[in-house]
Amino acid sequence: MGSPGRKVIVLTVSACSLNFCALANIGQVFDAHPVCGGAQTRGRACPSLGRLMKPNPTAPAWHDYRLVLARVGRSAVGLFEQVDAMLAFLGETALAFVGWLFNPGRIRWRVVLFNLRTAGFDALPIVGLLSFLLGVVVAYQGADQLRQYGANIFVADLVGLSMLREFAPLITAIIVAGRSGSAYAAQIGTMAVTEEIDALRTIGIEPHELLVLPKIVALVIALPLLTVFADVLGVLGGMVMAKAQLGVGFAEFLDRMAKAVSITSYLVGIAKAPVFAAIIALVGCFQGFRTRGGADSVGRQTTRSVVQSIFLVIVADALFSIAFSVLDL
Amino acid sequence: MANASPSAVATELVIDVRQLSTRFGDHVVHRDINLQVHRAEVFAIIGGNGSGKSTLLREMILLHQPSSGSIKVLGVALKGLSREDALDLRLRWGVMFQHGGLFGSLTVLENIGLPMREHTKLSDAEIDDIAAAKLALTGLKPEVGAQYPAQLSGGMMKRASLARALALDPELLFLDEPTAGLDPQSAAGVDELVLHLRDQLGLTIVMISHDLDLLWQVTDRVAVLGDGTLQAVGSMAELSQLDNPLVKPFFEGARGRAAHTAAHLITQPKESSSKPK
Repeated sequence: MGSPGRKVIVLTVSACSLNFCALANIGQVFDAHPVCGGAQTRGRACPSLGRLMKPNPTAPAWHDYRLVLARVGRSAVGLFEQVDAMLAFLGETALAFVGWLFNPGRIRWRVVLFNLRTAGFDALPIVGLLSFLLGVVVAYQGADQLRQYGANIFVADLVGLSMLREFAPLITAIIVAGRSGSAYAAQIGTMAVTEEIDALRTIGIEPHELLVLPKIVALVIALPLLTVFADVLGVLGGMVMAKAQLGVGFAEFLDRMAKAVSITSYLVGIAKAPVFAAIIALVGCFQGFRTRGGADSVGRQTTRSVVQSIFLVIVADALFSIAFSVLDL
Repeated sequence: MANASPSAVATELVIDVRQLSTRFGDHVVHRDINLQVHRAEVFAIIGGNGSGKSTLLREMILLHQPSSGSIKVLGVALKGLSREDALDLRLRWGVMFQHGGLFGSLTVLENIGLPMREHTKLSDAEIDDIAAAKLALTGLKPEVGAQYPAQLSGGMMKRASLARALALDPELLFLDEPTAGLDPQSAAGVDELVLHLRDQLGLTIVMISHDLDLLWQVTDRVAVLGDGTLQAVGSMAELSQLDNPLVKPFFEGARGRAAHTAAHLITQPKESSSKPK
């Protein structure tokens, strides 16, 4: 990466962190009120109570460095605690998985198939539609540039490579994280709140074996298949746009794509999908199991599961890019 | 600490809790709790909110590990159990959860049949028959079996949950707030049901409850938790005589006295003829 690129990144990162610091500290200036959640500023009427919030004279100044330190410390402890819980969760899941391997009769195929249908088959329309549109957009954006140089046919390279390597696996994973990852967290979270998880344990059913493993297995099978489907629809979208905007016929397009896109590119895209699937299923189930208390906690954990799984999917995708470029794939 | 009546000492211990302590971080929930439950006894744990009743119950049913001390249930020490032993033990008791804990994706009959489907080799038809029998035992109509838990009222949900707890013919039954949220008539139904289960099936029953009527009607002994320790153990009549500041509030006030007099009106004539022990 050249030095201008690095500069841009450094600037962006520092600007972001400054903003976050400022926001975090400004939050301290407002008296956090249990009902309005700190939305009101000092001296203004609290909408829920209809009375004035008095400034707290003993509260430390917002720029007090100790406050910042305390905040950093608290969030670090929270992070460690989360990592610890995640490791425990992974361990229990791995143990249940080993149980399955040694005793295949215990594998709950019906639950796996059910999850395969809800997370895989039922997602076909939305995955197909969105990747088709993505193909259209990529071709459309490329069309203008390519036309200037009379390089119309290269739209096949553009659409083929970008869809198969990057966009199809990523958009599929993101849709599935929003669709199924959130559903996993909500389902398990609700079961935790209504004592169903406890009930499972007391009647001698290991919750991980019933609620987590079938979801992981089903998603690891379903996501690569969905990615292939997204590949096809994405390229189709690109083809439609290439014909409309650049006058590149379907036969021409496919002919060029077959030359430009190697089988490796296609497989690289598919190979990421199982990893994304494992991330989505694990994060969704993990956040579900962390639900404590009531219904609001279910909502919080569900949101968290979607944000975290999309974040981790994109991080994993970036790591894949680095790994593949090192491996020259 | 007043202990059990002399006749109970000879009977078999179903639950034996010794020197039990529980901490959540710095917060101490229990300190050195000792209590014993005998076979075919109806035993209740009471105490104010946050006194650790639920935690104690969760520790007895292997859902939570105490910080120190030992618990023996049905003669088996709970600490360091292997998965197989824990499973064997879990199948010997039934638990009715406060909110039922019924699985929302299954019908009531499937809920009741689930433990049998998991752990026995009975055919589907046999399981359905047994499940229907358990449903009838808890006083629910047969058509309830085809409904989903979301369609049930609170009282029906508790009965259905009890039917599931009874699915594998347990020796020991744990009830978490069996009458909370029920109308007086349904609550009275639960009183009868508990007595019926103990007398007909010889079950040992451990419950958490705040319901004074239920406590007066059905319990043999009651343990009062307060301030992290066991304040007192004894029959309701014994406890009502105590001067302990953490026990007294349960028996004072209009509600406590009303339940007491109601209990005397109902149980007095019975007590002389049939004292189950």
